[in-house]
Amino acid sequence: MAGKTDFGPPDYRDMLPPVILKNYAQWKYHERVKPGVLKHVAESGDELYTVRVGSGRLVSTDWIRDVCDIAEKFCDGHLRFTSRHNLEFLVSDKTKVEPLIAHLKEQGFAIGGTGHSISNPVHTQGWIHCHTAATDASGIVKAVMDDLFEYFTDWKLPAYCRISLACCLNMCGAVHCSDIAILGIHRKPPALNHDIIRAKCEIPNVIAACPTGAIRPDPKEKSLIVNEEKCMYCGNCYTMCPGMPLADPIGDGVSIWVGGKISSARTPPKFSRLVIPFLPNNPPRWPEVTDAVRNIVETWAKHARKHERMGEWIDRIGWERFFDLSGIPFTVQLIDDFTLATETFRSTPAFKWSGGER
Amino acid sequence: MAEDSKTPLLDELEEGPWPSFVKEMKRAAEKKESAKDLLGQLERSYKDKIVHWKHGGIVGVKGYGGGVIGRYSDLPEEFPDIAEFHTLRVNMPAGWFYTAEKLRKLCDVWDKHGSGLTNLHGATGDVILLGAPTKDLQSCFDDLAEIGFDLGGSGSDMRTPSCCVGPARCEFACIDTLDLLRSITSEFQDEIHRPMFPYKTKIKISGCANDCVASVARSDISVIGTWRDTIRIDEAEVANYASGDSLDIQEEVVSRCPTGGMHWDPQTKKLTINDAECNRCMHCINLMPKALRPGKEKGATILVGGKAPIVRGALLSWVIVPFMKMEPPYTEFKELVRKIWEWWDENGKMRERLGELIHRLGMRAFLKAVDLPPLPQMIRAPRANPYYFWDPEEVK
Repeated sequence: MAGKTDFGPPDYRDMLPPVILKNYAQWKYHERVKPGVLKHVAESGDELYTVRVGSGRLVSTDWIRDVCDIAEKFCDGHLRFTSRHNLEFLVSDKTKVEPLIAHLKEQGFAIGGTGHSISNPVHTQGWIHCHTAATDASGIVKAVMDDLFEYFTDWKLPAYCRISLACCLNMCGAVHCSDIAILGIHRKPPALNHDIIRAKCEIPNVIAACPTGAIRPDPKEKSLIVNEEKCMYCGNCYTMCPGMPLADPIGDGVSIWVGGKISSARTPPKFSRLVIPFLPNNPPRWPEVTDAVRNIVETWAKHARKHERMGEWIDRIGWERFFDLSGIPFTVQLIDDFTLATETFRSTPAFKWSGGER
Repeated sequence: MAEDSKTPLLDELEEGPWPSFVKEMKRAAEKKESAKDLLGQLERSYKDKIVHWKHGGIVGVKGYGGGVIGRYSDLPEEFPDIAEFHTLRVNMPAGWFYTAEKLRKLCDVWDKHGSGLTNLHGATGDVILLGAPTKDLQSCFDDLAEIGFDLGGSGSDMRTPSCCVGPARCEFACIDTLDLLRSITSEFQDEIHRPMFPYKTKIKISGCANDCVASVARSDISVIGTWRDTIRIDEAEVANYASGDSLDIQEEVVSRCPTGGMHWDPQTKKLTINDAECNRCMHCINLMPKALRPGKEKGATILVGGKAPIVRGALLSWVIVPFMKMEPPYTEFKELVRKIWEWWDENGKMRERLGELIHRLGMRAFLKAVDLPPLPQMIRAPRANPYYFWDPEEVK
């Protein structure tokens, strides 16, 4: 039927299992049975069990057929995915829950990601499939989650911890509001290729794309000039113009941001804040990044009150205490100098001294 | 002795307890030369510590301006089977629910036309079919259409909207997130498939303030379910929580209430909520789902302006409608969306998102354009500076 357009996605109502169709909008409450397992109970008394497993997000069609086999064996052929790349098996028959879990474990699936755990990190394409990437995405996530696996499968944390990764400042993924955000960054201005700029780029649009006003025309070359002192390496110009790549093996790497949240529970949503301005790309396992993330998770887990998200804990103790307790060095890059910088400066002498632990 | 591996760095990521994307790439590589070349190029990136994809190019399918992202290798001679390796964004069913039968059909189409590698799902929510050459794009889309999968958004269009699991499996859902998503997806097919705006625009729908699809951070127009009346309390279940040992109601619930609007009497085991003080943050309901439930007069708060940093900095969405009923056919919401887009389309510069435009022209201009009254729920605090506008009509 070539030429058919604008028909939209498959109707979700054709995808729902019978227990959901019967009890749609009639769910009464839920319980967290154990890590990775939820039980929802409807007004009718019907029960729905969910078994959540992590996925690497980049999967083969063979993997999809594998999970379809499992869904057919235990869930009458129904399954769903979450907003964080987890896979969920939906079971209405309680007697099938434990056999399903046993089967998943035998097949090597990671069960968890519910309750006070680290859920599946939302992440982007990285070197696998993006032209602006300053780092890989899947590789760092794999390394970080191999290291922190116990926090996915067990409830050992004070609250949820949402880790996200974006491989450049475009941030395909809500990393700017995560408990811990891993963000790929460039540190060198664009390398200008005047032939490509002349042939392929609309000069006024590239100039307008620069948020710091660092780009101006070069009438002699019929190209562009970058004022390198004003460049903050955001990559907007490269998005507009292929003649201005920023990627560089020495310049590229990873920054770490903490304390963001999305939910409004207790406190409003907040942005993550920069705490480590640069860690090198060190594939395949990025040990500097995994160490930094583990340190932040465990410092928070040791000091926070129950239900206190990373950012709520830091708001209570103060950022100066966060740097003290985590041992992360404070550097000048952590002080904002973009448009809304002054909102982040302190205007009171009521602060805590560093070295309080010592 | 086995042949030396061509991907020694990536091989290390086959180990460890977390699911391995390298294993998946290798499974695909057994069938597809393109997946094999992708593995090879990624190994090169791991060795060189640099990206090996070129800046995109415009590719697509007939009738659409979006939905396909052009991608070209910068090492086409070494990796000829990914010289062209374009992405198809496929619009997922609401709530990411599937039947095995439907997913198997999708796998068959993708094995026929592409690399056999996918993202379930991409950051915006689409099924991402990762890698097909230009010549296969149209036939792949035709086969997708045959099994009922349409493309999602890309470029300066309405991106594929998404929603949380909602009333399909969550008692917190104050609106039918899936039905609203289905309805707006079908209403705005033209906006999704044909880039016509200054830049991308996103709508995300969450059933409550827990905001499981991150609408407040990731969408220009955020819809978040809420209620206008009082939290429903089941006193027998409150007493059950009190007599169990898993929850300290005073310490974990009442003392964490951000508005101080709750009171717990351990003697009578009575929990009281001053609903006039409640800001519906969901903390108490999250902790006591058997005993506490959202009220019955449900609807949504509409917020606008959320986005990631590009171009001028990240923004969280701002409240513009504290409460809107959300019932089919959602006419009030759809009309508001069209009014917002019209103002943005008229005034927005190239690559200026809605939040950045409001930042530049002022909330005052925005509210006037979309005909919404100013309300204290829109702000955290009134202005602290004495520079402000009057309409000459008001000064008489």
